[in-house]
Amino acid sequence: MTQVNHLIEIQGLKKTYQSGDSKVDAIKQMEFFIDDEEFIAIMGQSGSGKSTLLSIMGALNHPTQGKVLVDSLDLYSLSGEQRADFRSEYIGFIFQSFQLIPYLTVLENVKLPMAVTGQKKKIKNQMALEVIKRVGLETKPHRLPDQLSGGEQERVAIARALVNKPPIILADEPTGNLDSKTANEIMMLLQSLNDEGHTIIVVTHNSDMGAYATRSIKVQDGECFA
Amino acid sequence: MKLHNISFGNIKRRKGKMLFLILGLVIGISTVVTLLSITESMTRNIEERLNQFGANIVMVPKSENLSLNYGGIDVGGVSYQVREFDQEKLPGIKTIKNYKNLSIIAPKVLGTVMVNDKNVLLMGVLFEEELALKTWWHKTGGTFPAKEDEVMLGSQVASLLGFKQGDTISLSGTSFKVATILKPTGAAEDNAIISNLSSAQKLLGKQGKLSMVEISAFCQGCPITELTLQIAEKFPNAKVTAMKQAVMSKMQSIDMFRSFSLGISIIVILIGSLLVLVTMMGSVNERTREIGIFRAIGFRRGHVMQIILLEAMLLGIIGGILGFVIGNLIAYGIIPVVMKDGVFAGINLNLGIVSILMAVALSLLASLYPAFKASNMDPSEALRAL
Repeated sequence: MTQVNHLIEIQGLKKTYQSGDSKVDAIKQMEFFIDDEEFIAIMGQSGSGKSTLLSIMGALNHPTQGKVLVDSLDLYSLSGEQRADFRSEYIGFIFQSFQLIPYLTVLENVKLPMAVTGQKKKIKNQMALEVIKRVGLETKPHRLPDQLSGGEQERVAIARALVNKPPIILADEPTGNLDSKTANEIMMLLQSLNDEGHTIIVVTHNSDMGAYATRSIKVQDGECFA
Repeated sequence: MKLHNISFGNIKRRKGKMLFLILGLVIGISTVVTLLSITESMTRNIEERLNQFGANIVMVPKSENLSLNYGGIDVGGVSYQVREFDQEKLPGIKTIKNYKNLSIIAPKVLGTVMVNDKNVLLMGVLFEEELALKTWWHKTGGTFPAKEDEVMLGSQVASLLGFKQGDTISLSGTSFKVATILKPTGAAEDNAIISNLSSAQKLLGKQGKLSMVEISAFCQGCPITELTLQIAEKFPNAKVTAMKQAVMSKMQSIDMFRSFSLGISIIVILIGSLLVLVTMMGSVNERTREIGIFRAIGFRRGHVMQIILLEAMLLGIIGGILGFVIGNLIAYGIIPVVMKDGVFAGINLNLGIVSILMAVALSLLASLYPAFKASNMDPSEALRAL
């Protein structure tokens, strides 16, 4: 019998938030896997635990129980600083509401993840301009975020997630603040990135957006249904 | 994109907050600079005034006998043999370590001469040095002796012997012109005839000899005891004495101003630090979301700390420079108001460097806790605010 290695494996995952005496089980029990180059939509209602799941998969949130294996590497056996290095190398985050740094230009925002990598300035610039072009903002690298439309800001957020060429892109409600036309454009962009070899994991409550994915994982009351 | 770009960007974006933080540093540093400048000016002023009081070090030949004189009254009736030292050895004083602190060196020779069958004290001095040292010497008319054959009479001598300015006086058979009569000083010179050093040496048969040297040390809180030891070491046959009273009062005044300045500076620096701490804490709390993003995209704790501390360092440099400039301006303006005849001591570049270093250290210290807090922020907690 041959052992199949998945890109991401979630094993016996549980996450409980404690506030004073009260405990909330954000994730009760989850077990699933994601393969390389998949486009996954994690779908569920607000408060179902999908964002918590995404942050745990992104090495940001220590689970109460269980394991997250990425390329067979147990993320939460690593130290905090090792997980930071892992995020820098393996993960590209696209946050809800873009979350750009308002005092940095498009180019600077995109280059932000490279501030802690060792590349030379010229190479950083070249890589950043490449991804800016890839998301269609080549005419606006020196604009500040507040000089861009919502769709353009989302594209900057995607470019920032892409710049270090991470194999995995995690997106938390990437279309939540966009009109349907722009939202569709963004999902198509993510789809094309998936075609280029990135593994995309999108958290959304919108089934129309979920339709762009190759596979959906439903999350309800802290449990998942693949 | 480097970490410092983030620090610069944040400073530019939060101008108001950062100005407030710089203000805290400027208040602290400028207060220290102002107080130190005032203290320095006051010290110089006191030095100048104390130096007008005369010598603070006296060098006389060593004697085996005890003095039987108190307050100018000799109770022993014993005539001591006056011992001298060689004048040619005096330039050796220039080789002591703290020579630069010696402002006036006034050598003199003492002896008695016969005037109208009376023994009178003759004091030979270098007039230029002596007049610089004894600013309370005032002539009644004429000029201070400038030639070899001119003398000045103490008020008591002039009155007892019946000489006035312009007269000719015979000292042990040699004629001198009375250039001027000294106004009463209440000191020994009232009873003396004062002539040029070389003339007195000739008359007394003490060529190349000195009876005593009065020295005025000019320094800011200088180690007067050390100075006397250095001179004594150079002149083993001399007894070198520091005039403690003048020195003590000088030291006390300086110490008092120093303590006052130090106390005020510490209080203001503490207030400034608190202002920096509160502003930095506020800045870090406002940037929770931003720090969450930094951590999520792969920044280590150290990177976050670097960003915050780099900001603190930049603000420290700005605050230090501004504080130094403003402190000097305040001192320049305030010194004539708080001190009679006070003059601004000038810009001290060393103090400038210390001010900038102090502002940077202060800013970094006050920002350490906020930076530590920011770097230890749980990224998932920070991102929950998203």
